[in-house]
Amino acid sequence: MIDAAAIAFQIVQSIFVAATAPLLLGWVNQCRCWLQNRSGPGVLQPYYVLGRLFHKEAVLAENASPLFWATPYILFGCMWLAGGIVPVLATDLPFAPAADIIALVGVFALARVFISLAALDIGTSFGGLGARREMLVGFLAEPAMLMTLFTAAFISGSTQLTTIVESLARREFAIYPSLAFAAVAFLMVLLAENARIPVDNPATHLELTMIHEAMILEYSARHLALIEWASAIKLYAYMTIGLALFVPWGIAQGGNWPALPFALAALALKLVVAGAGLALIETVSAKFRVFRAPEFLSTAFLLAVLGMLIHFLVGQ
Amino acid sequence: MRSRCGVRAAFAIIRINIRAVLASSEPHRRTDLTPSPRTHSMDTAAFAPAQLAVGVAVFWLSIAAASLFESERLRLVNRVLFPAAAAASLALAVIGVRAIAEPAQTLLLPLGLPGLPFHLRLDPLAGFFLFLLGIGAAGISIYAAGYFERETPQRLRLIGLQYHVFLAAMALVVLADDAYLFMVAWESMAIASYFLVTTDHRLAHIRAAGFLYLLIAHVGAIAILLCFGILQGGGGIEEYTFDALRRAELTPFWATIAFVLAFAGFGAKAGMMPLHAWLPEAHPAAPSPVSALMSGIMLKTAIYGMVRVIYDLIGNVTWQWGLTVAITGALTALFGVLYALMQHDLKRLLAYHSVENIGIILIGIGLSMVFLATGHPAAATLGLIAGLYHTLNHAVFKGLLFLGAGSILHSTGLRDLNDMGGLIRRMPATAAYFLVGALAISALPPLNGFVSEWLTFQSALQAVRLSDGVLRSLVPLIAAMLALAGALTAMCFVKVYGIAFLGQRREPRHAPHAGQHSGGDAGVLERLGMGWLALWCLVLGIFPSTVVSLLDRVAVSVMGSGLPQAALDSGWLWLVPVRAEEASYAPLIFLVTVLAVFGLTFAGVRWIWHGRLRRAPPWDCGFPEQSARMQDTADAFGQPIRWIFGPIYRIRTRAPSPEDAQPRFDLKVEDRLWYALYLPIARLVEYVSARVGWLQQGRISIYLLYSFVTLIALLLFVR
Repeated sequence: MIDAAAIAFQIVQSIFVAATAPLLLGWVNQCRCWLQNRSGPGVLQPYYVLGRLFHKEAVLAENASPLFWATPYILFGCMWLAGGIVPVLATDLPFAPAADIIALVGVFALARVFISLAALDIGTSFGGLGARREMLVGFLAEPAMLMTLFTAAFISGSTQLTTIVESLARREFAIYPSLAFAAVAFLMVLLAENARIPVDNPATHLELTMIHEAMILEYSARHLALIEWASAIKLYAYMTIGLALFVPWGIAQGGNWPALPFALAALALKLVVAGAGLALIETVSAKFRVFRAPEFLSTAFLLAVLGMLIHFLVGQ
Repeated sequence: MRSRCGVRAAFAIIRINIRAVLASSEPHRRTDLTPSPRTHSMDTAAFAPAQLAVGVAVFWLSIAAASLFESERLRLVNRVLFPAAAAASLALAVIGVRAIAEPAQTLLLPLGLPGLPFHLRLDPLAGFFLFLLGIGAAGISIYAAGYFERETPQRLRLIGLQYHVFLAAMALVVLADDAYLFMVAWESMAIASYFLVTTDHRLAHIRAAGFLYLLIAHVGAIAILLCFGILQGGGGIEEYTFDALRRAELTPFWATIAFVLAFAGFGAKAGMMPLHAWLPEAHPAAPSPVSALMSGIMLKTAIYGMVRVIYDLIGNVTWQWGLTVAITGALTALFGVLYALMQHDLKRLLAYHSVENIGIILIGIGLSMVFLATGHPAAATLGLIAGLYHTLNHAVFKGLLFLGAGSILHSTGLRDLNDMGGLIRRMPATAAYFLVGALAISALPPLNGFVSEWLTFQSALQAVRLSDGVLRSLVPLIAAMLALAGALTAMCFVKVYGIAFLGQRREPRHAPHAGQHSGGDAGVLERLGMGWLALWCLVLGIFPSTVVSLLDRVAVSVMGSGLPQAALDSGWLWLVPVRAEEASYAPLIFLVTVLAVFGLTFAGVRWIWHGRLRRAPPWDCGFPEQSARMQDTADAFGQPIRWIFGPIYRIRTRAPSPEDAQPRFDLKVEDRLWYALYLPIARLVEYVSARVGWLQQGRISIYLLYSFVTLIALLLFVR
């Protein structure tokens, strides 16, 4: 079942995801700058930021517990695992059967719980505020995400991302009403889970409106770098899950090296378009008040459930 | 005839008969399942598992009796009896797990009613629940040995007596094979646990909690008794064996009545909504090891009873029953977690989570019944396995969490989350074990809670096989509610762990008596008990396919069908519910990857690059004057939930006016059902009893008249 070529492919994909995740973030930020009529720092800026943070001396609060410094590594490990499971370049990777879509949601939940706990560890008011809001977003986004994925699972008869992607890629091009609902719900979840506008503002400097940033205020240097890097991988993983579910064409089979260049090109094209689209959404919408976020996310949840019901009613 | 039986029962004490081995009727598909012949006969095996299991129960009873000899000098209960009970629990777990793989065995004890001696039976289902009891009781008993160290001998005598009677009664509930022994054991369990709940009976609110518990337990017991009565159908007393109940031919109407009675009766014990009201009162009132025992194990005997009576005794499950169970389960799960989020008393919060987890178990069992009734045995097996797996998981992690709460109470004297904070620095070992329990109950991979929720989701995803459109759309909706409940649980335990263990130490509003509490970490025995349960959280999470293949045998014995062969051939590493293409999960790979990346990054970042680290005061955006009061409290953490789900709670707040010189904010969140259901019933009962009280005139002539009239009426009827 597991051969060397597939494992090599797996390692290549995992490293590829970790290495290119900041690039995607840079591209989204650059697009946003262009849309806002600014010149922008260039797509490589996230790498410079990471490099700078890794070189700095880490400062830890006096009363920080081991959980506080361990969290960035756990977070990074979780996201690395997620990046290895999602069919970014190829399906049927040796790691893929280790976790299906439900387990993937579980990985993200694990990361979220740890970062929220770390935020509460120092005992500052902003940390608690961020943790509470993050869990608020999380408990609504997680079921919505599961329901979206269940719609795809019902269509393909499997919760295995490999099987889902292969069965969705084989079908003829037609609009599935259930998948359309699921796609909208997924997009809303993606925005919320990755701390993007309209739920959270990744570039905010106002502490009272922060969610994600409020949780990591006490982190510095290498710990902060790992968290930022993990967030970049998370965005990458979410976008590639979305691409795999809703535009699955061009993904190679695991171990199929000749298909790799084509898969790479397809992925690059899709991510460039998706990243620009994300920047566009963030530019044309304004951030909600925190208490509008539950409405936004319950809409996503209801859309996802509707999509699932439509699948059963229409049979598509 | 009857008196002769009674005499025989009185004199024959030791002779134990092994009766027919009933296994031959059960289908065995795989060669490894075929029983080894030595267990069939008495010649080669000195003691059969059923005898050994009864032996453990008797041993517990003798420990209970020995507890009465406790004295200040001996410290018998702590030093000898609790550890001995823990050892017996381990033996019971081994007996249970062996019984899962073996055919059913019956045993006849010459005790009990004339004409109805005690029937006992150890089949795979009973074996599984004995295993659960053994694993849970082993950790809790060893913990109790440390926890009750500072009790006075007078109290210890009673605690030791009731605790071990409680354990033995639970074992006998599972082993019982006739309605009489079942009810005797069931009621002994209720009464023993009632006395344990009211250990601190000098406090009025604890007496009230105990009374409520006893009341609902008896309402449930009456329903169960009526259910047995319907199944028995008016034959002789010999007809009360489970074998006879199994053979009973019921019309669909009477079968449904029996189902409703069994579901309500066992549901009352399990804490199913709307019969949950006793649970958040009684569990916190008991000493912590007892809370762990009640929440972790006693609730599970109700699940056992439900599976035994509905699948085994009533049989012919219909999908309407299944849907009732599943929907009740989904509502219970959501209700439980939403109320748990509102609590700031740690043990009350954990008790509400027991309500939630019972809901999750019921979802699995309900889905299984739906699939069984609609002719999808493989999917039905999956649902039952999911439900039973969660039963085991909940026993382990909820036991662990209650023990952790007990250690906090011992060390600090605190139960209110709003008074805790920063405990991870004072009690690092307890904090580590509690974290394992919190992650497990939050259904996070790679721990055990995730596996059973994953299996429940997988069985809900089998809804595509259903042909009925309504049913097919309802099942995923139940899954959606489960997903919501699971995510809310994670939020609740971030709250618990973050407020209690992390952050800065708060100044308690109700300062406990100084000197009584050590303030340090849990003792060695307490740690041992928690460590044992934490270990099982990990083992059950990492090796799920081993557990599932055991549970598959239980399902085969209950329903006569198991998982598809493809699922069982997948090996110990991969958990595959149906086919590898449909779904699979490998927690070990999961854990190893995260740990490997953790280690590599840690090494890379710290040692190869640079490891410079400086400790400094917290930054907090440059705000210099932070105090512990600026942290979130437990109530603050639940505030968004109050805001979103407001209508389901009964909330009373008192906010200070802006001019108030000494502002005080009061918040009270109460159970709506208490006001909508329980109080009206209580008022009705009071009204009726006031009316009935009219009969009691207090004059003996009137009472004699009643007797006379009754006698006349009876003579007219009987003649």
